[in-house]
Amino acid sequence: MFYIHCPYCAEQRSEEEFHCMGQAHIQRPENPEAASDREWGEYLFFRDNPRGLHQEMWVHAAGCRKFFNVARNTVSYEIFETYRMGEQTSVTAGTTAHGREGQVEQVHKVRRVRA
Amino acid sequence: MSNVAIFEQRAADTIAAESPLHYSLHRHAVSAQGADPKEGSAVAMDERAFLGHLIVRGTAGVLRAAIKQVVGIALPETACGLNVEGGKSIQWLSPDEWLVILPPGEEFATENALRQALGDNAYAVVNVSGGQTVLTLSGPSAHEVLMKSTPCDVHPHAFPVGRGVSTVFAKTTVLLRRPDAKHWELVIRRSFADYLYRWLLDAGEEYGITTKHTENKDNNNE
Ligand SMILES: [Zn+2]
Repeated sequence: MFYIHCPYCAEQRSEEEFHCMGQAHIQRPENPEAASDREWGEYLFFRDNPRGLHQEMWVHAAGCRKFFNVARNTVSYEIFETYRMGEQTSVTAGTTAHGREGQVEQVHKVRRVRA
Repeated sequence: MSNVAIFEQRAADTIAAESPLHYSLHRHAVSAQGADPKEGSAVAMDERAFLGHLIVRGTAGVLRAAIKQVVGIALPETACGLNVEGGKSIQWLSPDEWLVILPPGEEFATENALRQALGDNAYAVVNVSGGQTVLTLSGPSAHEVLMKSTPCDVHPHAFPVGRGVSTVFAKTTVLLRRPDAKHWELVIRRSFADYLYRWLLDAGEEYGITTKHTENKDNNNE
């Protein structure tokens, strides 16, 4: 069991209260009528499955029931940051690349921002 | 006033009413006499039946003044806040959603008054009184019963009076609240009421849990 920081409840809550809802920041083609079959198909069905840093949508299902974004490591399960819908992540492959120390720094930075 | 159909859901006092825990309390009540005479009872469970429950949705900016004027309590605007005053309470559920709990019979008039006060703003008021009920746990071991049932931290430092959360509880969802230092409140769904009641009896057995059976429809156990 681990804890996830809900950006709406503004506190750490048990992972049991959350559900993962798939890849975040997927943009709907602005004009679906004009989209090619390939563009539309990729929007609907194709998702990234990276090893390492990944941005996902999660929902605080048993809590406030809001969707939010999570930047996490798919190998170590470490969560770098959680942020609200409509916001952009401050975590990039660069900020997580300098190993364990860089990641810890990043997490502390995020906690300060959220506090 | 918004153009929606609302009606008085509460039956007349002449009609017998049954709370979601009517049969649970009948069949499985544990009175204080049943508790271990030496150990006594370290946790008591009671239902606060037939209260008025309103879900109010909208932004804090829209609701703030109307809630204060109609309900008479300030809207808790910080996350997981719970304001209690004079038998009424308002709990923060989400950045745009609150639960108002009122003494029995006040919900219809309050809903009407809120709609009047909110006018043409974007908001929603839904009377959910029939869909849920309130259980209280009290006694020195109440928090230990909770610790067996929920991942939520119920230590007094982590869960002070005036805090309320929606969380996982015995595989269902409840609203867990601390209206005062002596009581824990669980707002539970009608369909899970009997299950949770039995779960709590089981979890509280080692503390000599007792239940109250309040027949009186107007008794809100204040
Ligand atoms: Zn939340």
